[in-house]
Amino acid sequence: MASRALPKLRLNADGPTLAVEVFLFALRVLLIIFAAWAVVGTIAIQVEGGGLTGRAWRDLFVGGLAQGFMYGLIALGYSMVYGVLGFINFAHGEVFMAGSMTGFFVADALFDSGMWESAFPLAFVIVLLTAVVTSALVAVIIERVAYRPLRGAPRLIPLITSIGMSFFVQYAVKGLVGDGFKNYPQLPAGLQDRVSFLGLDIEGIKLFVIVTAIVSMVALWLFVERSKTGRAIRAVSEDKEIAALMGIDVNRTIVTTFAVGGAMAGVAGLLWAMLFRKVYFLTGFLPGIKAFTAAVLGGIGNLVGAMLGGVTLGLIETSGPTLLNGLAWKVPTLVAFGIGALGVVAAVIGVARFRQANPRTVGSALGMFVVGTAAAVWGFVVLPGAQVVIPGTSQLKDMIAFVVLIGVLMIRPIGLLGERLAVEERG
Amino acid sequence: MSRRINFRRLGVLVIVLALFAAACGDDDDTTTTTAAAGGEFTPGPLGAVTVAPGASIEIRALQAISGEVSFLGTDQVRGMELAIQDYGDVLGHSVNLGTPEDDLCSAEGGQAGAQAIVAQDGVVGVVGTTCSGAGAAAAPIFDAAGMVLISGSNTSPSLTSDLAGTAGENWYPGYYRTAHNDLFQGATAARFAFEELGLTTAVAVHDGDPYTQGLADAFANAFTELGGTVTIHAVNKGDTDMTGVLTNIAADGPQIVYFPIFQPEGDFIIQQQGGIAGLEDAVWMGADGLITDGFLALPETEGMYFSGPDLRFGTNASSTGTNYEQLVAAYTAAYGEAPTAAFHAHTYDATVLLLTKIQEVAVQDADGTLHIDRQALRDALYATSGFAGVTGTLSCDEFGDCGAQTISVIRNDDPTDVAAGKANVVYSFAPGA
Repeated sequence: MASRALPKLRLNADGPTLAVEVFLFALRVLLIIFAAWAVVGTIAIQVEGGGLTGRAWRDLFVGGLAQGFMYGLIALGYSMVYGVLGFINFAHGEVFMAGSMTGFFVADALFDSGMWESAFPLAFVIVLLTAVVTSALVAVIIERVAYRPLRGAPRLIPLITSIGMSFFVQYAVKGLVGDGFKNYPQLPAGLQDRVSFLGLDIEGIKLFVIVTAIVSMVALWLFVERSKTGRAIRAVSEDKEIAALMGIDVNRTIVTTFAVGGAMAGVAGLLWAMLFRKVYFLTGFLPGIKAFTAAVLGGIGNLVGAMLGGVTLGLIETSGPTLLNGLAWKVPTLVAFGIGALGVVAAVIGVARFRQANPRTVGSALGMFVVGTAAAVWGFVVLPGAQVVIPGTSQLKDMIAFVVLIGVLMIRPIGLLGERLAVEERG
Repeated sequence: MSRRINFRRLGVLVIVLALFAAACGDDDDTTTTTAAAGGEFTPGPLGAVTVAPGASIEIRALQAISGEVSFLGTDQVRGMELAIQDYGDVLGHSVNLGTPEDDLCSAEGGQAGAQAIVAQDGVVGVVGTTCSGAGAAAAPIFDAAGMVLISGSNTSPSLTSDLAGTAGENWYPGYYRTAHNDLFQGATAARFAFEELGLTTAVAVHDGDPYTQGLADAFANAFTELGGTVTIHAVNKGDTDMTGVLTNIAADGPQIVYFPIFQPEGDFIIQQQGGIAGLEDAVWMGADGLITDGFLALPETEGMYFSGPDLRFGTNASSTGTNYEQLVAAYTAAYGEAPTAAFHAHTYDATVLLLTKIQEVAVQDADGTLHIDRQALRDALYATSGFAGVTGTLSCDEFGDCGAQTISVIRNDDPTDVAAGKANVVYSFAPGA
């Protein structure tokens, strides 16, 4: 058995191999091509008079915003804990669910007493307070029993613990209230109707969700940026030892962080329940994962990033499948040939760069050649008049969201706004 | 290069050996039963089961008896127990149900459960599965073992045929069902929408599950055949925000939306459609998966239609003499609660049918030993015609569809009175009639 393996061309000691580099380059280009095709196709279909109406786009946009702001609210908790302790608190989705679930029992009781209908604003405040306090309490208790004893341990340990905590809370709730769905009472008539806002005729409840979320986020931002406790949180996230030397009670600050993050999850939990009107012991799982994604998308540890990531994710989720329908646009021959020609140019440039044999660019050069050739074949042979009709695109919304996440992270590994609470001026 | 050829040879050798072993296994099986059979009885190609004097006839249940769908499977196991009790002994042998196996309502569960059953000695037939997905995985295993599988609740067309003489992709010999074929349900829903309501544009929504997908396709095909236009949309199990899919549905401008899916996704669709422009006038229709107390009680489901098996069994009496009213009374007396799901009566019929056919084909020796020929049992089941059941008259076709097939459409007029909604039949269709 003589060594028949390809000699691995290592660019430098730690760098990826050539094959990996070519693959990554091709993947990036493919993602961009498909995204461009989908967007251009959607616009073209729209221009041709097909596709969705303006009202439909508005519904998608508003729906995406409402969903996204809720992701953002949950994502804040992930980001804050990551900023302060440097690990992902996977039990955060359950904190969200706990608020939602407690809110149900209070809302149901208020509905029975008639107050839900007759004095909705007051009833809402009561339910909101319940949800917020419960979520904050659950978050603080989790921190106390599950994370504080592990303060000095490697980061992986609290991460695993948080997954365990997540299951514990889920099944504790199941044991307490059963595994059935809890149906929130119907909203009062005013919130179900459409309201006119800034010339947009949108659903009252979604507007309500968006406004409440924005108010909560602004309040949190002011708290972290302007208050003394907020400054302490930032200091602890910067460096725990130094913060302690400066007279900051680190443990108290961490508890505050969990409480505030939990409170935001509580707000999200109630809004979620108002919008979807259903909660059960696994309600927190998927939104938790999505919100974590949102936090990474925006730049983990970064509060504004968490909000931006949440909204981006929500918008992609709701409108992504529709954009995917843009692939059904029949590509005009001229455009197809244009892509083919671009492919040829890219392939030629790739060859030229490859021949320079610069070890830093050899990977992308080869990638350009491969992708360029593929694009040329594709543009001249496959694409003219091609049409990709994907059935059931709505089923792909999670996939689209995660592909976008991967795409963003491939191009910008630190997320949209960067990990602000991390390294920075520590230098 | 030479190594590769060696591997190929080795592979061929392994396959040949495996085939040989399998063939030997079959031979063994047959010879043992022949030896036990003694004198006159000669087993058919699939072998036979010999029941010694005083021993029980073994049948088994393969139902979804755990998890979220346990209410379905438990309901059906109870139907089996009542049927065995009503039927009594078969030629002097008692019938033993053994321990019910769990189909987990999934392909994995169906496969594992089927393997557990075929590993047991002397099992004649199985009543199950609860879910079509499990049935598709279990049917080939029972077929290979020569057993019969009769389901009281599988409805996927893929398990039997397209009703036009072509076997479904998951059809195997030895599979029967007393539930309807969803092609009938889809066709009835389409007929109702097109002919009764006079609607011509429709959207069908499924969630990727074989049952919902089969039903949505059946509806779409039938609706197109009648002359309507229909598009198919899909959601995921676990989705909560339906804005995207509803907006795209609205873009197709449907007069009726048929969404034969389950809770909670069905709830999210019906509760969120109010906020989507373009769906104000659409008619909403679900299927039997959504005919549950929880869903019918939602205020938004007022005026919604549901297709499902016609459960008005009236005075149809099983060959055991029991009619539906008596069955429910016996059920309630035995288990302390009303039936939890819809298919206990179909399962009751499936069990009675199996026992009747066992009795029909069994050959009894002078000492009371029973010989049940597996092939003869299959043939007898396929030959079922005009068999009286609680759910109606059962006749099996060559692909094992034996159900009475009557489908009805109900309308939920008052979400505060679920029982009235379930009984409010506005349309009924029996394809054979």
